Amino acid sequence: MLRLPPFEYLKPETLAHALEMKLRYGEDAMFTAGGTDLYPNMKRRQFEPRFLIALTGIQEMKQIEMNQGMRIGAGVSLDSVASHSLIQTNYPALATAAGHVSSPQLRKMGTLGGNLCVDTRCTYYNQNYPWRKSLGFCMKKDGDVCWVARSSPKCLAVSSSDCAPVMIALDAEFTLFGNDGERTIKAEEFYQDDGIHYLNKNPDEILISVFLPNRTGWGSVYKKLRRRGTIDFPVLGTAAAARLDEDGICVEVRLALGAVASAPVLASKAAEMLMGKRPEPELIESASQEASKLAKPMDNTDMNLSYRKKMVSVFVSRALKDAIGIQG
Amino acid sequence: MKKLLKLKVNGEEHELWISEHKTLLEVLREELRLTGTKHGCELGECGACTVLVDGQPLLSCLVLPMEVQECSIETVEGLAINGNPHPLQQAFVELGAAQCGYCTPGMLMSAKSLIDHKSNPEPQRIREALAGNLCRCTGYAKIIEAVGKAASVSQTPTDTNNG
Repeated sequence: MLRLPPFEYLKPETLAHALEMKLRYGEDAMFTAGGTDLYPNMKRRQFEPRFLIALTGIQEMKQIEMNQGMRIGAGVSLDSVASHSLIQTNYPALATAAGHVSSPQLRKMGTLGGNLCVDTRCTYYNQNYPWRKSLGFCMKKDGDVCWVARSSPKCLAVSSSDCAPVMIALDAEFTLFGNDGERTIKAEEFYQDDGIHYLNKNPDEILISVFLPNRTGWGSVYKKLRRRGTIDFPVLGTAAAARLDEDGICVEVRLALGAVASAPVLASKAAEMLMGKRPEPELIESASQEASKLAKPMDNTDMNLSYRKKMVSVFVSRALKDAIGIQG
Repeated sequence: MKKLLKLKVNGEEHELWISEHKTLLEVLREELRLTGTKHGCELGECGACTVLVDGQPLLSCLVLPMEVQECSIETVEGLAINGNPHPLQQAFVELGAAQCGYCTPGMLMSAKSLIDHKSNPEPQRIREALAGNLCRCTGYAKIIEAVGKAASVSQTPTDTNNG
């Protein structure tokens, strides 16, 4: 039976108190909220913190507010994000992405912040301790080699968040709370293409909320590739947000890919191809081909490598067509 | 470190000294001897350990008991009504909606949450509600049929959290 390693569970009621605990215990402590990503990893001994600092008692992380955009607390459950009527109306890509994370039960436990900070994944990492030991461990935990590409100087574990590419496509801003108070950071700058250091944040900083700018008049879409229609992490995620003017010309387009690298990727070149133009099917096709150049899948997730690569342009094309409102 | 914990399971209050790193699944099975709730993958991927917390289906293998101290917890042992099988259990038996039976307690709890909150759910809604419960034997058709049947004979759903 897989059991959690022993820890002491701390439950502060304020952000200041949570930060104080983290500063006191340093690397011995980890933050937790829904626990749906952390606890499986702890059971497999990827993490063995002596202290868990639960963010579940901090009320200000559970709010949703509309004010020239929308602010969503990082502690809001994925189920609440997926079923919130204003999110469904204003940011359908986000409601879709949150509703496509894992299973109904897990979405009631897991939080938006947790999904945005979800640990990178890899066939050689998401294994229990004896499995990893028998192979000699990998550089992400306890070892020094990357088994996906032995010559790789960096870890190639995959960014597997459904909501992260949507945040980038919607041009969201994240608010972090740390020793120097609050700071905001653009969604695309929050991620780094390194399977170990995949978040641009200090270990003691807490992601407290995300801000989505007003997207009235935009279409937004999230398309997810995975083996089953439920439970699985994305093998590919594509998020597109776009706005046409009254003449049917693309005036705003943002496109982001998930699960194709250690960070979600903003496909700005593909988006630029559409800007100022009428989104004819041929143009969408060439923009999708352009976007697929950014995907460099490695053989460390589910499904066949060449199939995954081929699906990038297919999914981007579908996402763009839906975001723009063209059927077919 | 052990802590004193108050848990309300199937309407019964319990006070227990338990180690903080024990999951709700471990406490239910090993402390309270409620072994109806099964441990499957233990990683939140199979749904075998599903229990209801304030009427909502959660994965007890990833829930820490101290987070649910103020809540009403329901397990498969609490399903029977006055010693008679719950309409879901009755329908599962009548339609043969179980083979090895290992996933059944989790299936029943997810299904209970659904029919407590929604009357006569259509098959697609049942599939969505059971999308976090894996069954490796039946192929799901009988299970979905049984939930539909139970929903049609079950008492009127309410909007309350406790079902």
